[in-house]
Amino acid sequence: MIDSTFLSSKINRRDLCKVALGGSLSFMLPGFDLKAAQKRGPERKKSVIILWMGGGPSQLETWDPHPGTKIGGPGKAMKTALPGLQISDMYPLLAEQLESMSVIRSMVSKEGDHERGTKYLKTGYRPEPTTVYPALGAIITHEAPNSDLEIPQHISMGNIQQPARGGYLGGHLDAFRINDPGKNIGNMRASVKSPRQNRRLDNLSVVSQTFQKGRAIQAQKTLHQSTIDRALTMMSSEQLNALEIDKEPESVRKAYGDSPFGRGCLVARRLVEQGVHSIEVNLNGWDSHANNFNGHITQSKLLDPAFSSLLKDLKSRDLLDSTIVLCIGEFGRTPKINGLDGRDHWPTGFSCIVGGGGLKGNVIIGETDPTGKEKKPKDPVEIQDLYATILQKLNIDYTKELISPIGRPLKLSEGTPIQKLI
Amino acid sequence: MKLNSHNWKLACLPFGVVALVISLVAWASSSPINISSKAPLTAEGKSFSQTVMQVDRFFEKQWSENEITPARISNDHLLLRRLSLALHGTIPSLEEIREFDSMQGEDRLERWTQKLLADRRFADYFSERLARAYVGVSGGQFIIYRRDRFKAWLSEQLQANTPYNELARELIAGEGLWTGDPQTNYITAASTEGNLDRNKLTGNTVRAFLGQRIDCAQCHDHPFDHWKQSDFEGLTAYYGQVEIQVFGVRQNEELKYEVEDRDTLEKRTVSPQVPFLPECLPEEGTLREKLAAWVTHPKNRRFERASANRIWGLLFGVPYIAPVDDLPAPTDLSQSEPDLLDILGDDFRKNGYDIKRMIQIIVASKQFRLSSTSENNEPEQIERDTDAWALFPLVRLRPEQVIGSMLQSSSLKTIDQNSNLFMRGRRYFSELDFVSAYGDLGSEELNDFPGTIPQALLRMNGKFAKDNGSASPLNSVGRIAQLNISDEKRIETCFLVCLTRLPTELESEHFLKQYQAEPNQSAKITEDLFWSLYNSPEFSWNH
Repeated sequence: MIDSTFLSSKINRRDLCKVALGGSLSFMLPGFDLKAAQKRGPERKKSVIILWMGGGPSQLETWDPHPGTKIGGPGKAMKTALPGLQISDMYPLLAEQLESMSVIRSMVSKEGDHERGTKYLKTGYRPEPTTVYPALGAIITHEAPNSDLEIPQHISMGNIQQPARGGYLGGHLDAFRINDPGKNIGNMRASVKSPRQNRRLDNLSVVSQTFQKGRAIQAQKTLHQSTIDRALTMMSSEQLNALEIDKEPESVRKAYGDSPFGRGCLVARRLVEQGVHSIEVNLNGWDSHANNFNGHITQSKLLDPAFSSLLKDLKSRDLLDSTIVLCIGEFGRTPKINGLDGRDHWPTGFSCIVGGGGLKGNVIIGETDPTGKEKKPKDPVEIQDLYATILQKLNIDYTKELISPIGRPLKLSEGTPIQKLI
Repeated sequence: MKLNSHNWKLACLPFGVVALVISLVAWASSSPINISSKAPLTAEGKSFSQTVMQVDRFFEKQWSENEITPARISNDHLLLRRLSLALHGTIPSLEEIREFDSMQGEDRLERWTQKLLADRRFADYFSERLARAYVGVSGGQFIIYRRDRFKAWLSEQLQANTPYNELARELIAGEGLWTGDPQTNYITAASTEGNLDRNKLTGNTVRAFLGQRIDCAQCHDHPFDHWKQSDFEGLTAYYGQVEIQVFGVRQNEELKYEVEDRDTLEKRTVSPQVPFLPECLPEEGTLREKLAAWVTHPKNRRFERASANRIWGLLFGVPYIAPVDDLPAPTDLSQSEPDLLDILGDDFRKNGYDIKRMIQIIVASKQFRLSSTSENNEPEQIERDTDAWALFPLVRLRPEQVIGSMLQSSSLKTIDQNSNLFMRGRRYFSELDFVSAYGDLGSEELNDFPGTIPQALLRMNGKFAKDNGSASPLNSVGRIAQLNISDEKRIETCFLVCLTRLPTELESEHFLKQYQAEPNQSAKITEDLFWSLYNSPEFSWNH
C-alpha cells in the first residue's frame, strides 16, 4: 500500500520543483502567487477575515462613542471617511480607511459569559450540550473548499482559548492555529534535513507495513497514511510562504505593527492572496472590568495600525471587493462605569465593523441610547442575521440543512440576511 | 556587638538559601513515596466467571447465528497495551512489561488488571473521563464552580470504589459548598451569569445516568422517541428547589418551578413528575433526593444499562451502542433475551454497583481479547465482523492517550505517582498543552472523529516529538542508544518501549542495516527509529 520509494522520491521531486520555481519567479511581487494574482476584483472567489476581539471591547471606546455624556467617559469622537460616522478618536488611522465599510451599533446577544458568548458569536448558534456548532469559517470551508490549496483552508492566528472549531462538521474543519503568526512557522517544517527525513519516512513505511498485515482494509480506513501524506505535501509546499512575512518591505511590516495581531493581519492579507477563504485573527485583552479607558488606549495601539493597514492593502490590491472583513467580539461593555473605572459585560447593543466582499458599504445600522438607560438598541441585529448575510454574499445557501450527528437537521444559519447590507 | 551579630546573620543567609534549595530539590526529585502495589495472587470468584461466560456466550450465539468466525485471541503483550491505554491512558512502560513477563499462572492478566485498577493512575484517568460525562470540560462560572475539586472528588470515589449508585445520588442530591463538598459542582456547573440552568441539569442527568438524550424535549416533543416536552418539564421540576447561595448548594422548599408557556407566554407552575416507573419514587426526602433515588432505583434498568455502555465505551474506545448516551428503551426481559447491556447491568446491580468489578468482567471477556487482524480481505465482511464485535475495533487514541504514550515511551521507568515531581509536573503540563494543540474532544470523546493534518504535524515536527525524540542522557532514546547491548537488543528495546511488541524479522533487518552501516551514529539512528515508531499508525491507534 505504501511505497517507500514513492514517498521519498516525491520529496525530492518537490524540492527540485521548488528550486526551479524559486529561480524563475522570485523576481515577481513578493508573496504573490501567480494564480492568485490573476483574478482580482469582485469576480474573485470570496474570502472572509474575522478580526476577533476576545474579551469584549467597549462599544463606547470603539465604534459607538457618546462623548460628553455621563456614560461616555473621558473619550472623544472623530469623523471618519465613512460619511456620517464618528468613531473613538483612538482610531485615527482606521478613520481614514473606513470608506465603503459599514458599522452595526445594535448587535444583541443573550450570552453574557465569555465562553458561551464566544461560542454563540463565532457560530451563530447559542451553545447547548448535545450539539457542538461549527464556526462561520468552518461552514465556509465545508461549503466552498478550495481544492488548489496545499495549506490549511481555515486558519486562526493569535493565541486564544476558543479558536474557531469545526463542531459537528468534524475536527478536520477546526481552524489551523498559528499562535505567533509571521514569527514562527511552528510544526510546518520537518525537524531534520532531507537525507534524515527520507530515512525517517523510509522507516515509517517499513513499520506501517507490519501494521497492515491482516488489517489492510481497516488500516486504510483510518486514513492515517493519507493524513501524513497531506501533511508532507503541505510541509514542502510553496504556498507556505504566505505565512512568512520577512520578505515584506520593512515599511509594510511597520505599518501593521510588530505585534502578534499586526503580523497576523499581514499574514491574513497574504493568505487571501493565496486563496485561503476563512481566516481569523485574534486580539485578546478587551475584558476591561477595571481601568477600562487606559486598557482601551493600549488595545487601540494594536488594533488601529493593523486594521487600517489591512483595509488599505486590500483596497490597493483590488482585493476588498472579494474579501469580507468583520471586526467583532463576544459582547460589548456596560454604559455604566463601575467603581474601578471599568465596564462590565454588555450583550445588548454592542458594535461591529463589517464590509468588503460586495456587501453594501457606508451603512450605519442601529443606535444605542446615549443615556444608557434603554437597554435595547434601535434596529437590533443578531449574529445569525449577520452570518446569513455573509453566507449569501459568498453564494452559499444559508438555508441549506445539514444533518447533525444526533440526526437533527440544522440550517447553515438560522438568521435572515440584513437587507441594508445587500 | 549588636552590629556583629547582624553581620553574622547576613553571612549565613546564602548558606541558608542554598540549604533550602538543596532540600527542596531533594524532596522534589525523591522517588517512591509508596511502592506501587504488587499484582494480587488470585483473581475473582465464581459468580464473576459466570457473568464473563454469559457475556462470551451472548456473542458466540450471535456469531454462530450469523455465520461469523471471530478473530483469534491476541497475545499477552498486546492485551497489556490495551489494558494500560484503557485504564491509565498510556502505554505500559518497559518496567511494567518486564514485571508482567515475570508473572506466572493462567490468570496473570486478571491479576494484572487488578493491579492497574488499584493504581492511583486509574482513579485519576477515569475521574477525568467521568467528569467529562457529568460536567463537560468548560470552565464554568468563576468562583462557584471548581472543576478541579470535582475531579479530585471523583478520583477519591473511584479509588475507594464507592458504589456507583451512591456516587450518582451524591451528585444529584448533594448539598454544601463547591469547595468543601466538591460533588455539588455537578449542580453549579450548570450555572451561568448567576442563573442556574435547570434544564441543563435535567439534560445532563438523563444523558449521564440514564443514557437518554431528552434535551430536545426541552422545546418540543422528541421527533422519533416517545419523550414529550411535559416529561422534560416534569423532571426539571425536581431541580426546582435547588438554590445556589453563599453557603453553597441548598434546597429551598419555598421555591416553585415555573416555566413560560411558549404559546401563551404566560408563566405556569410545573409539579415534579417522572415519565415512567413512578413506583420507584420514594415517599420521603427532598425533591432532589427523590429524583436521585428514582434514577438509581434497581428497577430503573436504564441506569445500569447506561453505566455498562459507558464503561464498555471507555474500555474499547467505542461504546456498545453509539452514541454513548442515547440508548433504546430497555426491552421486556420476559419476552426477549437479555442483550449485552442487560447482562452487564444485572451483574452490576447484584454486586453493589461495583465499577471495578464491571471493568474486570469486560476485560476478562473474549471480546476484549480478540485480535484486530483478520484473514479476511472483503471490506463488507470486515465491517460485518467489526459490527458483531468479532474483531477488535481499530480506535484512534484520544489526545491524552497519545501524549501519555509519548511521555511514557520517553522513559524506561513507569511514570506514575511515584515518579519525581519534575517528571509528574512535566506530564501534567505537557498533557494540557498537547491536548489543546491536538484538539480536545471534550465530552464528545467517545464519538468517532477523523485525524487531522495539524495532529500529523504535531506528531512529526512538534515540540513534544522533538523533545522526547532527541537523544539525551535523561530520556529513553538517549539511554537506549548508549546502552552497551547488541544492536539487535537495541532495536528490540525501542519496539517494546514504543509499541509494546518485538520487531518482526523484516523490521529488525531494516534497522540493523542502518546501525551496521554507521556504527558511530547510534544516537541519530535511534532517534530516527523512534520517530518512525511515534508516527506509525500502530502507535496512535488502539488495535
